[in-house]
Amino acid sequence: MAEPETKMEKLAPPPQTVTHAPALPARFRRLAQLRDSDLWFSFRTHPSAVFAAALLALVALTAFLAPLITPQNPYDLASLELWNSEIPPIWNAEGQWPYLLGTDTQGRDILSAILYGSRISLIIGFASVLLALSVGLALGLVAGYFGGWIDNVIMRLGDVLLSMPFILIAILITAIAAASLPAGLKDVLAAPILIFAIAVPSWVQYARTVRASAMVEARKEYVQAARLIRVKAWRIMLHHILPNCMTPIMVAATLNFGLAILSEATLSFLGVGMPPDQPSLGTLIRIGNQYLFSGLWWIVVFPSIQLCLIVLSVNMIGDWLRDALNPKLR
Amino acid sequence: MIAFLLKRATNAAFVMLAVALLAFVIFRFFGDPVEMMVNEQATQADRAELRERLGLNDGLITQYGRFVTHAVQGDFGISYRNQQDVMVLIKERFPATFELVLVATVISLVVGIPLGVITAVYRNSRLANALQLGSIVGVSLPSFVVGILLILGFSVTLGWLPGFGRGETVDIGWWSTGFLTPSGRAALILPSISLSTFQVTLVMRLVRAEMLETLRADYIKFARARGVPTARVQWRHALRNCLMPVITLTGMQIGNLIAFALVTETVFQWPGMGMLFIQAVTFVDIPVMAAYLMIVSFIFVALNTLVDITYAWVDPRLRDDTARTGGGNG
Repeated sequence: MAEPETKMEKLAPPPQTVTHAPALPARFRRLAQLRDSDLWFSFRTHPSAVFAAALLALVALTAFLAPLITPQNPYDLASLELWNSEIPPIWNAEGQWPYLLGTDTQGRDILSAILYGSRISLIIGFASVLLALSVGLALGLVAGYFGGWIDNVIMRLGDVLLSMPFILIAILITAIAAASLPAGLKDVLAAPILIFAIAVPSWVQYARTVRASAMVEARKEYVQAARLIRVKAWRIMLHHILPNCMTPIMVAATLNFGLAILSEATLSFLGVGMPPDQPSLGTLIRIGNQYLFSGLWWIVVFPSIQLCLIVLSVNMIGDWLRDALNPKLR
Repeated sequence: MIAFLLKRATNAAFVMLAVALLAFVIFRFFGDPVEMMVNEQATQADRAELRERLGLNDGLITQYGRFVTHAVQGDFGISYRNQQDVMVLIKERFPATFELVLVATVISLVVGIPLGVITAVYRNSRLANALQLGSIVGVSLPSFVVGILLILGFSVTLGWLPGFGRGETVDIGWWSTGFLTPSGRAALILPSISLSTFQVTLVMRLVRAEMLETLRADYIKFARARGVPTARVQWRHALRNCLMPVITLTGMQIGNLIAFALVTETVFQWPGMGMLFIQAVTFVDIPVMAAYLMIVSFIFVALNTLVDITYAWVDPRLRDDTARTGGGNG
């Protein structure tokens, strides 16, 4: 494929690069590297990935700018007017400006509630992935690198967690937390409890993946060499082994981000997640579900659509990433 | 083979003991059982007497042992909320959940397998691409959203199918079935579709991946060369060799379906075990929660072990534990 000349260039960095380098600040050089990478090329040539990323960016942007762009703060009870309740969406004859997607039974603007709700859903999803990722990577590295009894303990713990359905563990944790905390504290801590409840059953997957690679890497010569010159164990794990198993982890983390948002929504829908005064998308759907048979369809349909769009775009990115990083499919 | 059987069985038993420990801890330490059971007027002496009668003064290991012994005999104590035997409550609700899961599994196979074959055989055609995209959408749709939209469409707007409850049921012994009455069958349609959405896409993706691999095999080319009609080669020769993983997946997913049925049951007000569990969570009815956890985990672990044993029976190479790569769970 490559001509001998270019191969030579790759082996010995040509002088131009050196002369060019100082002109570009380090940041931009990294950007340029990214621009020329295979991954970026694959991204550009996959319309579904570009579409999904754009959609997700739009959702995230509107969600985090919600206080600036929404006509109403849905948490502020003073801004709710009961005579503005049950207004249908704007394209309906009875629709009213500025309630683009209508209002619920308490006069809360649906669009504002959705944007604020998306913010909560995104934050909880992201934080739980981050928590599961850090715990999973740490335990997986330790298990794979040291082996022996510590490996046994960690992996058996994982086996037990995997022997119970994901959603069941999450429900149990939120239920126990709700039962053992005083009423006032329960609502304040709802988000951290959810993050924890979703992270507990999901760290196992990362730990297993990393452990498998760590076991292989730990036997390789470069790790042996590092050990010989007395590099500290944690340093070998973090700087030498971890970077070598990041690819499958990245794919898993992306797909789990979608799963985490879904799980949060499911828990909130079941009534063990976010309370109604700080609703996530799941809570909004739970509230709307009560009016399903009374013809107020917009209260439940629009939050559902938003939730599906978020999860769909995350999954599409995850799917693309899995194919793009899979060396077999290149 | 016997050694392998024993090993797998002990493994499963240990996992169940760990789950039981978890259930026991929940039962014993979250909410005082005595406070939950006595009424307000009970004297200190009454409470002490009940404490003694429940054996709460014994050593923790003795208590755990008793908990396990009782659980093995199907005795999970008395529900705090409705003062009934927990096992009786679960036995009443089990048929509803079982029939729902059964129908959902059948749907996932009947719909998922042909779709998987079509996407593999007509690879890169417009239809296959549309189905592929549809499968990502299917994975991304939360099952409760599917349920709500189905109710909105088919019950509220069109009025074709019932949107809640189980319809009329017929009792056969202690088993109550909805299969034998028209209203019972009609009531099953929407919940089972909603429960099977995720499963359909899972089966479809698996069949597609397996088919793509199998269609490249020599014996397929040979069958074609021999003049076997293309459709027959695809739907018989190739498909048959793809079915083993599908059976495995279906077996392992039944536990997940039972757990996920609790979401569907909440949406459709389906009087199954899942509804019982969610109500127990709302009212902190801990014996019911503990029992549900143990039963669902037992089904989960039993099915996984069964699948492993079947595999080892079919393929002797897997009996040697060192040859196993681990993972494959989830």
